[in-house]
Amino acid sequence: MNRISTKLRKLSIVAMVAALTLAAGTVRAEDTIKVGVLHSLSGTMAISETTLKDTMLMLIDEQNKKGGLLGKKLEAVVVDPASNWPLFAEKARELLTKDKVSAIFGCWTSVSRKSVLPVIEELNGLLFYPVQYEGEESSKNVFYTGAAPNQQAIPAVDYLMNDLKVKRWVLAGTDYVYPRTTNKILEAYLKSKGVASKDIMINYTPFGHSDWQSIVADIKKFGSAGKKTAVVSTINGDANIPFYKELGNQGVSAEKIPVIAFSVGEEELSGMDTKPLVGHLAAWNYFMSVDSTKNAAFIEKWHEYTKNPKRTTNDPMEAHYIGFNMWVKAVEKAGTTDPDAVQKAIIGVDYPNLTGGTAKMLPNHHISKPVLIGEIQDDGQLMTVWQTNTLVDGDAWSDFLPESKPIIADWTSPINCGNYNTKTKKCSGQKY
Amino acid sequence: MKANLIKGSCQVIAVFMLLFSLAIHGDQDVSAQSSLQTAITNLKQGSMAEREQAINQLAENGSASLAILQALLDGQLFTLKTDMTLVIGVDNNQGYDVRDALTGTALGAMDRGAVNKINLTNKLRVSLRRTIGQLQLTVEDPAIRLAAVKAMGNEDDESVLALLKARLDLEKDATVKQAIQVVFLLKDMNSSDKSLRVNAIEALKNQNSLDVVNRLNAMVEKDEAGNFIETDADIRNAAKAALININTRLQLYSSAETVFFGLSLGAVLVLAAIGLAITFGVMGVINMAHGELMMLGAYTTYVMQQLLPNHLGVSVLLSIPVAFVISALVGIAIERGIIRFLYGRPLETLLATFGVSLILQQSVRSIFSPLNRSVATPEWMSGSWQVNDFLSLTWNRFYILVFCLMVFLLLLQILKRTRLGLEVRAVAQNRNMAKAMGIPTSWVDAMTFGLGSGIAGVAGVALSQITNVGPNLGQAYIVDSFMVVVFGGVGNLWGTLVAGFILGIANKFLEPFAGAVLAKILVLIFIILFIQKRPRGLFPQKGRAADS
Repeated sequence: MNRISTKLRKLSIVAMVAALTLAAGTVRAEDTIKVGVLHSLSGTMAISETTLKDTMLMLIDEQNKKGGLLGKKLEAVVVDPASNWPLFAEKARELLTKDKVSAIFGCWTSVSRKSVLPVIEELNGLLFYPVQYEGEESSKNVFYTGAAPNQQAIPAVDYLMNDLKVKRWVLAGTDYVYPRTTNKILEAYLKSKGVASKDIMINYTPFGHSDWQSIVADIKKFGSAGKKTAVVSTINGDANIPFYKELGNQGVSAEKIPVIAFSVGEEELSGMDTKPLVGHLAAWNYFMSVDSTKNAAFIEKWHEYTKNPKRTTNDPMEAHYIGFNMWVKAVEKAGTTDPDAVQKAIIGVDYPNLTGGTAKMLPNHHISKPVLIGEIQDDGQLMTVWQTNTLVDGDAWSDFLPESKPIIADWTSPINCGNYNTKTKKCSGQKY
Repeated sequence: MKANLIKGSCQVIAVFMLLFSLAIHGDQDVSAQSSLQTAITNLKQGSMAEREQAINQLAENGSASLAILQALLDGQLFTLKTDMTLVIGVDNNQGYDVRDALTGTALGAMDRGAVNKINLTNKLRVSLRRTIGQLQLTVEDPAIRLAAVKAMGNEDDESVLALLKARLDLEKDATVKQAIQVVFLLKDMNSSDKSLRVNAIEALKNQNSLDVVNRLNAMVEKDEAGNFIETDADIRNAAKAALININTRLQLYSSAETVFFGLSLGAVLVLAAIGLAITFGVMGVINMAHGELMMLGAYTTYVMQQLLPNHLGVSVLLSIPVAFVISALVGIAIERGIIRFLYGRPLETLLATFGVSLILQQSVRSIFSPLNRSVATPEWMSGSWQVNDFLSLTWNRFYILVFCLMVFLLLLQILKRTRLGLEVRAVAQNRNMAKAMGIPTSWVDAMTFGLGSGIAGVAGVALSQITNVGPNLGQAYIVDSFMVVVFGGVGNLWGTLVAGFILGIANKFLEPFAGAVLAKILVLIFIILFIQKRPRGLFPQKGRAADS
């Protein structure tokens, strides 16, 4: 017993020394601009977030090849919050106080963003958040480069309603804040369009749910009532494979009951047997299959950087691409990396996105995006079947929820508030 | 160069074929041929709307286009990148075996990059299936004919009905004939002739068809003002009577379905827990890395499929012994390397094996990437056995249920009939006494742990067929496995089996009322209360050995 514990103690001392030397290695001379990368490299979310870390490293590398920023080189500081929500806050604090990064690119789940939020506001940092989310938030210190509900969920439902003539709706989601809020918005929206309550079925499942038999059987029954039925899925990554497998096995094809997913992209599809999925839908603001010169160049660079010609690109990667380049433009415009100056400068900055349009940073810290709807093909790619004619501006506070209808976010003078009530003409005082 | 020559000559042949067919249909309008040509061009390059038109045009061409349309539906229709020839390509795992779609001339094997697939949307797939259905009404195989009738299903199109009517007189196969009759009876339900309607309802009340249920439900519905939409009371009463008849059957089938769902969930739980029932139940080792041993089994399936890409079914079956060996070896290594120093110290074993589980997870992440791996399901395990409209049993779950029972029986026999089993039981009952009788206890420990771990690996193979193969696979099942073992009674294999099935069925009966999240919570609360009452589980071990 004693022998083992002394051994362990020795080992832990060695490990601590190693960690310290590593940490010391990252602290370098002050002639670089530091960029924090806050994505989980281990734990449940590593599946999605490691790709974004690689994307950031590629973007930073590329900017350095172009001569850096303000005459200085950029330096990435990568930390691993290990899919542990409180650790996100700790790591964000570490990045801002110890490493003194000029901006942080990171987070995936809404709960990790909410965990980082107080830290980033307290220390006045900058966070670029690249994932589609539920809205109802606009912080002075956060830039939301992913889609708000009106840039993904609402257009998707419009497509189903108008083009596929869907009359009955299943809103299926994983049980956490993003699906709950999104489904609340969607339910209100559907009802405003005259859909009766009995034609809406709402279902929540735990994270990583793997036994979908009875739920799929329910959906099948719900969908066989003679009216065209569709499933709007906010089911989170890992639970999707068993879900689609069960759909396929129970004979629910995309032709009978299409499923439109908001969290299934090329990256997730690469880990699935795509046969039972063909024809199901996904709504995003970017597809790898989009035919544009910018996109082709981006994919080529990505393959070159990862040395893997089969790596897929996806929507949050594009969001980081846009967010990072907007930040670069804003820093150049402001002439400094000071957060306050960059916050002012970045509003109104535009940058070409990968699908042929130009994204613009809006006063509410969201960006304008096109909305694409694609059908899953058997090679794991999404083929665009519908898209908006113009770019849609991100709306922080949904117009379809009565409580957030009068609220807007505007970080320009004179409002300067993320939570401004247009009726009472008051800022709620909340920081976000 | 040579390939081009072949292609060129194929085109020449195609032109000749066209001319030849023109000559046969000499009296036909030449424009029919040119419309076929435009159809083909539209199919290749047109927009989705033009493709739909093209499909209809091809359909008018009759059964000659059936092969092309079927290939289109199956995703086997391509154009060559070089000269836009329309070809049918059959996947041969390296690329495609390609033949010309119009002439049928084989063009040899081609690389995946050499062809462009003709894509479809859902809308097109629906209309394509319907079109093919019309063409297939006269095919030999009754199963295909039945599918064709079902695909045309609720058509109101007069031409389709005429087709079906014509087929009804010719049809020999009873089930197909019945399916067609149902289509017409459903039509009759909306006719203006009252006696026809009542007769239709009467005839349909013994059908297990959701279409019938929907129509009947529509007949007894009220509008918003509270008045019946159907004004004729006789019809309403007939519909009500028929609905009662159908609903009893519906209820019966749906309970049967729930029981099956419960059993199959139970089978998964039992598979996951049974290895643990050996290591935890018999040896008393709390092995938190049990889930990761399952994960290794699932990854073994993935690797086997990569090694044998052409034989999906064989690779899955082969994975079973391979996964057993790999997981067993890793298990033995864990036992020899760590656990054997920690016997009798459950807390430290728990922490150490938890550490091992993290190490295993992260090494899989480093070797295979953090992304999930795609494990394909062999043909015979996909789809479902459609008993009727109300009841279908999915094959993968069915096989896993059978597999679970086989593994259980095999394990039971090993413990009962083999020397190893005897020694395992002896050591579990009284270690010191067993030692005194000359049983090499430490060897037995290693073997027992290896056996339990190997079973975990085998469970992993089964799990790879229904869930994600990723680094987190094990975590998802470890809590459930412990729950099953503790509930069933530690040290009792039968307990594990019964507990797994009880929990599975309870979960599935609760789910429709409580929802998936609450159902899980309720089951957990139930187990906590049960353990309070009977701390040793369902089937406690009896006798002196159990008291020590």
